[in-house]
Amino acid sequence: MLPWQIYLRPQTLAEVRQALDSAPKPVLPIAGGTDLLLDLRQGRHAPVQTLVDLTAVAEMTVIELRGEHLFIGAAVPVSRVHSDPLVARHARALTEASALIAGPQVRNVATLGGNVAHALPAADGTIALLALDTQAEIAAISGENRIVPLSQLFLGPGKSAIDKNKEIIVGFYIQVLEASEAFKVSSCFKRIMRPQGVALPIINCAIWLAREGDRIRDIRIAVGPGGPIPFRATKAEAVLRGQTPTNETIERALIALLDQVQFRTSPRRASADYRRHLVGGLFRDVIESAWERAG
Amino acid sequence: MSNQITLTVNGQSHTLPAIPGEMLADLLRKRLRLTGTKIGCQEAECGACTVIVDGEPVLSCVYPAERANGKTVLTIEGLASTSAPLPKEDEQGMGIKLHPLQEAFVQHGAVQCGFCIPGQIMTAYALLQRNPNPTRDDIRAALKDTLCRCAGYPTIENAIQAAAHALRTGEPVPPPHIPDSVHAHKVVGHRHIRPDAVEKVTGKALYTDDLVFDRMLYAAVRRAMVPHAFLKKLDVSKARALPGVAAVLTTEDIPGEKTHGLVIYDWPVMIGLGERIRYVGDALAIVAAETPEIAEQAAALIEAEFDLQPPILDPVQARQEGVPQIHEKGNLLKHIKVRKGDMEQGFAEAEVILEHTFHTPATDHAFLEPECSIAVPLPNGRMEIYVGSQIPYQDRTQVARALGWPEERVRIVGQLMGGGFGGKEDIAGQIHAALLAHATGRPVKLLFDRRESLLVHPKRHATQIRVKVGAKKDGRLTAVETELYGDTGAYASLGEKVMTRATTHSAGPYDIPHVRADCYAMYTNNPPAGAFRGFGVLQSAFAVESMMDMLAEKLNLDPIELRRMNALHVGSITNTGQELRDSVGLTECIDRVSDAMSRVSGLPRGELFKPRPAPNAPHLVRAWGFAAAYKNTGLGGGAPDKSGADVELYEDGTFETRSSAAELGQGLVTVMRLAVAEELSLHPDLVRVLVMDTDLTPDGGPTTASRQTYVTGNAARLAARTLREQISAVLAEKYDVRPEQVRFEDSKVHINGHTLTYAEVYREMTALGQRPRVRYEYEAPKTQPLGTGGDMHFAYSFAAQAAEVEVNTLTGEVRVLRVISANDVGAAINPLGLQGQVEGGVMMGLGHALTEEFIVEGGQVVTDRLARYRIPGIQLTPEITAIIVEHPTAEGPYGAKGVGEIVSIPTPPAITNAIYNAVGVRIDRLPVDQEKIAAALWERKQNTSPADKT
Ligand SMILES: Cc1cc2nc3c(=O)[nH]c(=O)nc-3n(C[C@H](O)[C@H](O)[C@H](O)COP(=O)(O)OP(=O)(O)OC[C@H]3O[C@@H](n4cnc5c(N)ncnc54)[C@H](O)[C@@H]3O)c2cc1C
Ligand code: FES
Ligand code: FES
Repeated sequence: MLPWQIYLRPQTLAEVRQALDSAPKPVLPIAGGTDLLLDLRQGRHAPVQTLVDLTAVAEMTVIELRGEHLFIGAAVPVSRVHSDPLVARHARALTEASALIAGPQVRNVATLGGNVAHALPAADGTIALLALDTQAEIAAISGENRIVPLSQLFLGPGKSAIDKNKEIIVGFYIQVLEASEAFKVSSCFKRIMRPQGVALPIINCAIWLAREGDRIRDIRIAVGPGGPIPFRATKAEAVLRGQTPTNETIERALIALLDQVQFRTSPRRASADYRRHLVGGLFRDVIESAWERAG
Repeated sequence: MSNQITLTVNGQSHTLPAIPGEMLADLLRKRLRLTGTKIGCQEAECGACTVIVDGEPVLSCVYPAERANGKTVLTIEGLASTSAPLPKEDEQGMGIKLHPLQEAFVQHGAVQCGFCIPGQIMTAYALLQRNPNPTRDDIRAALKDTLCRCAGYPTIENAIQAAAHALRTGEPVPPPHIPDSVHAHKVVGHRHIRPDAVEKVTGKALYTDDLVFDRMLYAAVRRAMVPHAFLKKLDVSKARALPGVAAVLTTEDIPGEKTHGLVIYDWPVMIGLGERIRYVGDALAIVAAETPEIAEQAAALIEAEFDLQPPILDPVQARQEGVPQIHEKGNLLKHIKVRKGDMEQGFAEAEVILEHTFHTPATDHAFLEPECSIAVPLPNGRMEIYVGSQIPYQDRTQVARALGWPEERVRIVGQLMGGGFGGKEDIAGQIHAALLAHATGRPVKLLFDRRESLLVHPKRHATQIRVKVGAKKDGRLTAVETELYGDTGAYASLGEKVMTRATTHSAGPYDIPHVRADCYAMYTNNPPAGAFRGFGVLQSAFAVESMMDMLAEKLNLDPIELRRMNALHVGSITNTGQELRDSVGLTECIDRVSDAMSRVSGLPRGELFKPRPAPNAPHLVRAWGFAAAYKNTGLGGGAPDKSGADVELYEDGTFETRSSAAELGQGLVTVMRLAVAEELSLHPDLVRVLVMDTDLTPDGGPTTASRQTYVTGNAARLAARTLREQISAVLAEKYDVRPEQVRFEDSKVHINGHTLTYAEVYREMTALGQRPRVRYEYEAPKTQPLGTGGDMHFAYSFAAQAAEVEVNTLTGEVRVLRVISANDVGAAINPLGLQGQVEGGVMMGLGHALTEEFIVEGGQVVTDRLARYRIPGIQLTPEITAIIVEHPTAEGPYGAKGVGEIVSIPTPPAITNAIYNAVGVRIDRLPVDQEKIAAALWERKQNTSPADKT
């Protein structure tokens, strides 16, 4: 079975809308295709009539500052996200996650839009974006574009809240907080792999924080796979907010995190126990790096 | 809507109609016939298909062709024209303009089977465009997912740095630093490039799937996909009715014999109604169609019904009472026994006895080139099979049997192979393609995709190995008893031979008075197991070498000392009763690795095996580990071990040497070329090598058991020597001198002040009606079957290895930092090729220790994609120090014995012993499971209250 019949390459968002609306169905957007083409070819996804290639859409391939936000087009290749100086400055965790996704050839085409829309709870880009409190801009066939918090885009493992036949992610907005006298911000992403089996991390963690002297003014923690959808450790955040990150507060935050997180056993990748055991060291490591960076 | 694609490829603009579902790789390979871009997986895992699009490397196998519209593509074929001419072009007489990267890959010996090389070079090219002076880390980051199964990763790094230097400075590509053999001759023993290296770096090298024939059809196979069943119903009518289908065949359509096999004909070509299905890869029916897509669709339309049976899942279960018997003669393929001395006495004399059971998994060869066969019916009634095969003459026998033809009607035209490692010895698609070609009268190509390759071909045997050792307090071994279970899967393949090797080597390379080994090679409903580099010995070495370290700990002895005191030496009697009369370099291997360990680490001997925290990271703990090994060369066990080679002089003064021995990337063609050049005092470039054609090349026997350097190397050497003698005789007669006065030097022949070129020699010979051509059939020294006590093998290779690991005590992650590998190869015929064999062997061993496990659950293959079956990439590559030990063996060509397999064998236990030394966790099951290490350390921490800590 041919994976697709018609391949469209719109140049603008308007053309994308048009394509999704009028092309022979079923229709699906494709960005890098590094998830989708394999799903189609290996029979995990039924063949489609039309693929709408997003990689040449002007509005989706820019990285720029827009007021208080950094905008990253959903179709920007991950390699460009990785090397972009604005991203490095304002979203270091994302720079780090982008360096780790797959290998260089895949990164030259893979996108954050695809990473998020694939809706895996431990996708590296997604976890970094989640800690950065990202908002996604969604375009539909008709009507105005909407801005929604990233966390609302997930229904379950591999299940996106986006109706891909009708909607696409245009890009991501990350709030930019310039460092001031009062506080400094930074972020960090790390993950732990195993050498056998699929390229997904056993566990990954991204932390964004604002540091005010020796106190955490604000913090966001994302851990994957911490549940059926990408997981924010809000309870641990609450423990740490306003605190100095000592061994003792971090330990308390970890307990809160373990209390909230739902680790699963992934056959042949990692048991839930192993993840519970690993998360402490990873969490400490990431928070220490983010804290020092904001020093 | 654009339904045309306009793109620039290698500087040339093309406009082509769009084809639904087409990837860029297909457009390049099929429509533009640029077949230098290779397909290894089609799942974005291997990097073989890397091309440059608008300056960036991308994977063309997952790049929709239509996306390339308006873009500029560079492939390996266009690379040379991107660079200015080299300052010293044509230095090697290559006569072709090469890009410095191509030149460096050739000079440094980075090219083995060559299948990954276009991808490696294109990826490296993109790196150098961006970063003209890359560090090793930069190279590793760029080549992270560009896999090489021949795994000369350190050499690839060196080649890229050499090319970068040349590009930055305009100077010639700096040559590698590889020492000559200590037994170097005029030609043999020095660094030489491979005869096929240039075509492999330019993308001109053709592998089977790169060939097309007029009116060619494409085949697909309907596989059972159930592990154990009887075939109740098979309906091919829908498939037959599909437009574009030329033939659908079932077992009834086989004109000849319905089974194949290498030793035992127990493997059905197709399963017939009411017959037993023994594994998921069993073929039910085969299809030929106008396109691969139609063939696949037709295969999917074939309906089958099964009477499902409970599958036999492991060899221990297979031997239990009352379980279903998979083959007529039962589940036992063979009970293999080794007996030496008196076990009761041996264990009575022991002061310490240890016993432990180890497990190793099935593993896949994961050669980067999936299997491909093309059958071409000829007007004269013969059939040609184009295939990359390790045993062309066996293919011929088996294809002819299935067609019901005399063997001579079939010609195997062996093609370049993108790796084999033992996995291309059995029939894959050869017979199916031939049957379809016979039925349709048209050429038929049967190409496996990666999934089919993983499902179908024989694997490495999974084993369970119990080892019991007895020793004196001073470390001398008194007795070793082993019991092995080998999972040979659904069919015999080479299972008996493999498990025999596992058994005879199961007590390690040691001189032991009392030995007993019992092995049960069992049929199961898993994919068959057969030959795989190391041939059973990798498995038993893991068990016994782990045990040696356990014993050293128990006796509080240095693990090196323990091995040294028990090591086989000249005069030892092996477990099978063979006296070793020469070429036993084990002690030297052990000593040289031991010295090198201290040298590279700066640690005193006593500290090597103790845990050391990494600088500034106390949770990372390092230690060295050690292991030794030996491995037979040649078939042995009484099997006649023969190889034939031709050497022929041509009118233009060049030579050709021919044998059907297989070139899988290991460098046999270089060995043959050098042997002929040596004997006739030729420049190696004057010698062409033709291999693997059953019409044109004499039978070289199977390419297995590290035998080809020895047997075919000898055949080529002796053929050349005979030709030299003939030339001497003719010229002596003509110039009236004694034959000894005819001198061969500098690619010429000198007689009493006369100098003849070889073109002139040709004329002299032919004028006398002599055709300057010699065929030599070399027969290796006789061996004896197991159990008869004589020489079971004509030679053994020996090795010692040390690995330094770093274990993360928080996560259990393991990194191998350094490996020192000493191998007694007899003599190094081709030091450049040897380097690649050592690096590749270590990396394959490392893969077996850390990344590779072919998982079958309930008879179903879980690791059916490269994404799940992981082979080591460049980032896992440790610093590898190769030490070549040369204890020549009398009969070997120039003293050489095989090296293909020995290198990988000690790597897994060296690594797992190092892990034990670092963190005290004994790995008794491969591959290393970091979760288990973490859990063990975690538990230990919990059990040690803070007060206990010192
Ligand atoms: C070898 C390999 C290694 C990998 N390693 C990693 C890794 O380490 N970490 C990791 O996180 N991932 C990894 N991946 C997965 C994959 O590369 C990433 O998830 C990537 O970011 C997906 O992006 P894409 O543009 O290729 O998505 P596509 O395959 O193009 O799309 C994925 C899905 O999202 C939809 N989609 C794409 N873009 C949009 C959009 N803008 N709006 C709405 N829907 C959209 C598509 O319809 C499709 O359903 C790996 C993949 C491969 C092949
Ligand atoms: S063939 Fe494209 S990555 Fe393997
Ligand atoms: S040379 Fe790289 S796979 Fe063989």
